[in-house]
Amino acid sequence: MMDSHASMTNLPDSAEGQAHTPRAEEEHAHPDWSIYWKVALILTLITVGEVWAFYLPSFAASRGFVPTLLFLSGLKFTIVVMFYMHLKYDHRLFRVLFTGPLLVASITLIGLLFLFGHLHIKIM
Amino acid sequence: MPASVAHTSAPTSHHYTTLGLDSRKVAIWAFIGSECMLFVSLISTYLIYKGRSIVGPFPHETWTDPATGHVFKPILNIPVTSASTFVLLMSSLFMVLALAAVQNKEKPKHTRGERVLGNSKLWLWMTAIAGATFLGFQAFEFTSFVHEGLSIRTNLFGSSFFTLTGFHGAHVTAGVIWLVTLLAIDYRRGLGSKDSLLVDIAALYWHFVDVIWIVIFTLVYLIK
Repeated sequence: MMDSHASMTNLPDSAEGQAHTPRAEEEHAHPDWSIYWKVALILTLITVGEVWAFYLPSFAASRGFVPTLLFLSGLKFTIVVMFYMHLKYDHRLFRVLFTGPLLVASITLIGLLFLFGHLHIKIM
Repeated sequence: MPASVAHTSAPTSHHYTTLGLDSRKVAIWAFIGSECMLFVSLISTYLIYKGRSIVGPFPHETWTDPATGHVFKPILNIPVTSASTFVLLMSSLFMVLALAAVQNKEKPKHTRGERVLGNSKLWLWMTAIAGATFLGFQAFEFTSFVHEGLSIRTNLFGSSFFTLTGFHGAHVTAGVIWLVTLLAIDYRRGLGSKDSLLVDIAALYWHFVDVIWIVIFTLVYLIK
């Protein structure tokens, strides 16, 4: 372990591109154009769906409107993070560094919304 | 001299952690994590103040000023913002293509399509132009809002809206400047696969700015 670290830390700049461990190298195998354009198409279609839902008065007034939009927005968020930011393919440390603060922030957001009366829990 | 001192005083040309990950990439992810908390705090502020403005203009409702009788239409322009959202989404596609072009710079390109996809300058230009277009849309939106009577001092909606979207716009501006510096490097000495990490880090920042807009577009513009 120490040896592999020592050998990695003495790499010259020119070798940076090849400096990853085999494991890291494997996790950096990113998708190509064939995936990227499909992802862009899916993101566009979801956005069109969101705007379309906004202009449907009956749906916009229904109970399902906000959860649907939140779901679609979350889906787009996840797709971009997974495929464009390569979190699906990269090292899990990056996933922890991103989802950890995101989770803390989301819990804080929900807590604040409860605190300021935007969300309610019915107790009998 | 102790070995540890000798090690730290030697010229270092590496950026690797014990996991074999580049420290710069770990740093950008940590930075993105902290930026998540910043933007969630701004979004929280917007949501807490949502619907609590005493005077208009309002985002989705018509408001009549009791003092003057002037009628203010709903201020948000969904078609314009939908267009700017599409532009920002496409900029993310251009950015991943720029990264792929830099990563595969040394691979031989036989067809015209491969040469186009492998042109890092083209995709960096496209991303920067898309980012600048988004900023143009935002400048148009801010200007029209001010003309229609909504400024950062008008009401709670105006304060929280301009702060949130203004912070996002500042991040997009920083991203465009970053892209222009990458373009300058590409023109000066050419970006090769050894530089892919430089572009990867910029790309991560750019996609983060995009995902934040995905959330803002839904929470601020679409949910009434």
